[in-house]
Amino acid sequence: MTAPALPELRRTPLRRLAGVDRLAVAGGVLLGIIVLAALLAPWIAPYPEDGGSATHPAESLLPPSGAHWFGTDQVGRDVFSRVLFGARTSLLIAVAVLAVSGAVGVVLGVVAGYAGGWVRDVIMRVTDVFLAFPALLLSLALAVVLQPSVTTVIVAIAITWWPWYARLTASVAASVAARGFVDAARCLGVPAPLIVLRHVLPNSLTPVLVQLSLDGGGVILTAATLSYLGLGAHEPTPEWGLMVHRGQSLFTTDWWVVTFPGLAILVTAFAFNVLGEGLRARLSR
Amino acid sequence: MLRYLIRRLGQAVLVVAGVIVLTFAVMRLVPGDPAVAYAGPKATAAELAEARRRFGLDDPLPVQLWNYLSDLLRGDWGTSLHTRQPVRDDLFQAFPASLELVGAALIIALAVGVPLGVAAARYKGRLPDLSVRLSSMLAVSVPVFWLALALQTVFASGLGWFPVAGEYDTSLDRTSPLHLYTNITAVDALITGNWPILTSTLWHLVLPALVIAAYPAGVVAQMTRAALIEEASRDHARLERALGFGETAVLTRFALRPALNPVLSLIALVFAYSIVNGFLVEAVFNWPGLGRYAADSIRSLDTPAIAGVTLLVAVLYVVANLAVDLLQGVVDPRVRAR
Repeated sequence: MTAPALPELRRTPLRRLAGVDRLAVAGGVLLGIIVLAALLAPWIAPYPEDGGSATHPAESLLPPSGAHWFGTDQVGRDVFSRVLFGARTSLLIAVAVLAVSGAVGVVLGVVAGYAGGWVRDVIMRVTDVFLAFPALLLSLALAVVLQPSVTTVIVAIAITWWPWYARLTASVAASVAARGFVDAARCLGVPAPLIVLRHVLPNSLTPVLVQLSLDGGGVILTAATLSYLGLGAHEPTPEWGLMVHRGQSLFTTDWWVVTFPGLAILVTAFAFNVLGEGLRARLSR
Repeated sequence: MLRYLIRRLGQAVLVVAGVIVLTFAVMRLVPGDPAVAYAGPKATAAELAEARRRFGLDDPLPVQLWNYLSDLLRGDWGTSLHTRQPVRDDLFQAFPASLELVGAALIIALAVGVPLGVAAARYKGRLPDLSVRLSSMLAVSVPVFWLALALQTVFASGLGWFPVAGEYDTSLDRTSPLHLYTNITAVDALITGNWPILTSTLWHLVLPALVIAAYPAGVVAQMTRAALIEEASRDHARLERALGFGETAVLTRFALRPALNPVLSLIALVFAYSIVNGFLVEAVFNWPGLGRYAADSIRSLDTPAIAGVTLLVAVLYVVANLAVDLLQGVVDPRVRAR
């Protein structure tokens, strides 16, 4: 007996979009809401000026209420508004890291997979070294060297992130390169760079794309960790990890200052993971 | 098998060498002059020159790299600038506490993750499956530093059920001193029958170990579920069903053992990850392990100590990877051909 057949689901357009995996749809919707919140933050935040350097000392550390859903922080800024603006920082970092490390990893991986031989060996051993090097420590060292900032976080994480895509792409590209149509192209005298670009690359991308969406959550977590350690964004940038860091000594008395930014990290990473899981389940079926 | 072993060992040595070079490069990049950090801010020019000569900072870089490599091979990991002790001794002192914490976390992760994975596979596609999948995704999405702060605030500072910080109640050192053998407090207390310290240590372990366990428990549950579903679709499972075994029996009595193979290699791989993840948890709970040592070293720009921690973690990762590959090579001959 294999898996019991699922009842035929109605083919609504939304379902067809992501196959039938409801997890992928749920993750996509959740992530969509977060992206919208980030894009619209200046318009939907109740106190948009609190996303910046505004301070209201008279209203510091107010508990959650109708006027301030998530309460206010040490200098009287609305935590809800700052959490909304924080989504911009986190998503920007995630997109930048995934784009940079994905691009570097895919290029190196395709070259390694298609070329094989010593080229592949060299690239893969370098990849192994970067994989073995503890990512958080390398990011820490880089953040110390490069001065704390959002850009530093992006560079530091991207440097520790690309090897995963290089390794994945290399193994996929190697199997694509062994297929008949690649041989055919070679026999027709198509130059190697063109074969890689036109035939191997497009056919090696799908698993990497799925992996990228799975890794969004990991990037968000790592970025928040670096900021929490004081090595990323700095005041008054609204960044979730930084907000937890600045509020941690107040946790026992003013829980909302730490709880809501932490929840924001959790929910965003969760949305990426659910979407990625759903896509992977769909792909491996 | 022997050829596979030699090739794999050779690769591991190459990777470790690469990590050493990378560590060296990163240490050179870190701002701040180790000579100044060692001699102190009030040092005279002569003292500074002496410190520079002592650390070989005047030599050309390739010479420094070579010296660094040969020192490492002779077991000299340098002298920490902030504890003024050999880095190797410091690491030997701090590592057992981290090992204790991560070991406890991985035990929790297996104890929670495997049964949940079994339950999810048993009720695949139904409510238990969905809730296990969602909660395991939640577990891998939670920021450890935040979870550590939250549990500490609620269950230690707030409700007072667990101690706030530390490895054990150090006032017990006077009434029932601990004899050290392995340097792992819980193990030493157990083998010497030191119950007060053992219970105190276990009590202190609960919260930080739970925080570190979240990530591995999530991935173990997912992996167990996936491996079980795969195993339960094989021919042997059809035979067992034909013989009249119920679905639960097929899963737990026959499919679970082969399905645990990938789970165990996964545990080896998340081990090094959990050590680094544990650094943040150690900081929150003031656990006397590698994390605190690393934090102190980073704060004082103690390059030899940072390099030591980095190398230790990297070597752990390489060794764990190697162990997994060799084990799989023994179990599955197809791996060797790759």
